[in-house]
Amino acid sequence: MADTTALNARLAPGPQGKKPRPILAPRNIMLYGALIFAAVYYLLPLYVMVVTSLKGMPEIRLGNIFSPPVEITFEPWVKAWSTACTGLNCDGLSRGFWNSVRITIPSTIVSIAIASINGYALANWRFKGADLFFTILIVGAFIPYQVMIYPIVIVLRELGLYGSLTGLIIVHTIFGMPILTLLFRNYFASLPEELFKAARIDGAGFWMIYFKIMLPMALPIFVVAMILQITGIWNDFLFGVVFTRPEYYPMTVQLNNIVNSVQGVKEYNVNMAATILTGAVPLIVYFISGRLFVRGIAAGAVKG
Amino acid sequence: MTSNSVSVRDLSLSFGAVTVLDTLNLDVKDGEFLVLLGSSGCGKSTLLNCIAGLLDVTGGQIFIKEKNVTWEEPKDRGIGMVFQSYALYPQMTVEGNLSFGLKVAKLPQAEIDKRVARASEILQIQPLLKRKPSELSGGQRQRVAIGRALVRDVDVFLFDEPLSNLDAKLRSELRVEIKRLHQSLKNTMIYVTHDQIEALTLADRIAVMKGGVIQQLADPMTIYNTPENLFVAGFIGSPSMNFFRGEIADRGGRKVVSVNGVDLSIDSYKARGPIEAGRKIVLGVRPEHVKVDEAPAGTDIHDAVVDIEEPMGADNLLWLKLAGQIMSVRIAGARRYAPGTPVRLSFDMSLASIFDATTENRL
Ligand SMILES: Nc1ncnc2c1ncn2[C@@H]1O[C@H](COP(=O)(O)OP(=O)(O)O)[C@@H](O)[C@H]1O
Ligand SMILES: [Mg+2]
Repeated sequence: MADTTALNARLAPGPQGKKPRPILAPRNIMLYGALIFAAVYYLLPLYVMVVTSLKGMPEIRLGNIFSPPVEITFEPWVKAWSTACTGLNCDGLSRGFWNSVRITIPSTIVSIAIASINGYALANWRFKGADLFFTILIVGAFIPYQVMIYPIVIVLRELGLYGSLTGLIIVHTIFGMPILTLLFRNYFASLPEELFKAARIDGAGFWMIYFKIMLPMALPIFVVAMILQITGIWNDFLFGVVFTRPEYYPMTVQLNNIVNSVQGVKEYNVNMAATILTGAVPLIVYFISGRLFVRGIAAGAVKG
Repeated sequence: MTSNSVSVRDLSLSFGAVTVLDTLNLDVKDGEFLVLLGSSGCGKSTLLNCIAGLLDVTGGQIFIKEKNVTWEEPKDRGIGMVFQSYALYPQMTVEGNLSFGLKVAKLPQAEIDKRVARASEILQIQPLLKRKPSELSGGQRQRVAIGRALVRDVDVFLFDEPLSNLDAKLRSELRVEIKRLHQSLKNTMIYVTHDQIEALTLADRIAVMKGGVIQQLADPMTIYNTPENLFVAGFIGSPSMNFFRGEIADRGGRKVVSVNGVDLSIDSYKARGPIEAGRKIVLGVRPEHVKVDEAPAGTDIHDAVVDIEEPMGADNLLWLKLAGQIMSVRIAGARRYAPGTPVRLSFDMSLASIFDATTENRL
């Protein structure tokens, strides 16, 4: 009996398969509830920061951190950018911002340029000692930074670069090398090997293959590397504070100095504005290239 | 004059501890179409890559056009190569793909244009010149890849399974085209495949490889009719040759192969030397070398029963049981047998192969 009913049901005309789930099914409520909760949890601090940065100090003293500003003021932003005191000087975050720009751009470009060539050489030109070189590089990626700080200070001092921007740029470039090389090596290794062989038969050499064949195919992974480097170097605090002098402090270090300054009253609105300003660069980078980033991360699986 | 176009002398190649090729020798004649045939992983591509200069050999020498090119760069060897995955440069147009190597070689633009025009005419890809590889079908891509070898104006073409990524129909089309190309260009072609049909249809000579060793090097008909060993016999032919393990026996002065109590006379077999009684052997008989219900006078008759019938149009394939084992027989497509029909088989032993059971070499 049951068999024939089931069979009839299957043969019946009309829509087949399971009934679509209603929007308010318990499962959906659970799912969306959890997602909304997580979103609120992460967005709430941002909300508090933006709101606080737009209030004047008298309003902040009223104590309700969630209430929207009654009287919107951009005073704290201006102060954070140009007049807040960071330790010795009182010209705001602007100095730190330009320092960070001068650190991040060369470090990103140089480290990516070198790492992509390293990765390409490792993936395609199996030179003698390539495996050893690669192993050393990978081991390098797992050594905690703290172990290396003091030796690097000595090396930079001997080179006469300690305290300078150049010194910090070199440090960032070197520390980015293992993970970036790994990234590029794996990407180039995922491209069809026959493409490389075809180019060699066509007579192209090391640089010709790199620039004419590999580089145009590697754009997604360059975007990934760029995001990793820009955000990583921009957010760096430790190297910045250890390897540079106060006038070259990157934005993160200056932010810390503003927020943790002990003189006078705590200006929460200025602190919030300064924090948002400092975080803006990585945020903008994510927003612009987030889509490319995901595509680049997934690109390893996509052939040629 | 038939000089050698490509000569491989005592070639060895190892990847670390793994030896893929060990003192391999091979001569390819001028204008010859040589097919390297073997199952996956037997070292065919490795050998081809050594000839192309894409792998550094561990030992031995390679000559192309009598010139020792063992340590020459790939571009200086006078070869063009076509790969299984097409390996077209994705960011360049078809024209860019064809002309890339010529531009690298700094040929004058007029010469480049001339060669690209000629190649695209031969391969009929003129309408595609401005397209990117991603806008081409598989067959078109492989044509362009062949074109890229063609514009190089070289003496030796190397193909590494060029048709394996294509569907069956395109594969047979392009196969004919490659054969036509060879007939008109008359240059040397070395062609790697694991597909025996490609090998049999294209080759002047086939080198059957196994485990990095060339098992037999001969023209297709020799390979098909007189395989040197059990591996070659089993590898070529579809359905595979029927094999019977047995023993040579003497029945009153008459030599027979005895398989599970069934005697097959080997009087008509053209053995290379004397085969003494008592020797353990493997008898190989191709499906089309067995007659069903039409034995010529004076031959041994064996009774069998049809198990399964596979009509294939022109042919009809019968699967039967003889001497306790399943065998296949190919007959004309018009002759039909229902399963369970008793039949009388006779073997054409002059066309059979007999191999030693231990050395597996032809006797
Ligand atoms: N780069 C390599 N490193 C190590 N082993 C390899 C490498 N390339 C090929 N091999 C090994 O060499 C053998 C022959 O490979 P190949 O010539 O590609 O076989 P075929 O083309 O006949 O399928 C295989 O066993 C393969 O695993
Ligand atoms: Mg192969």
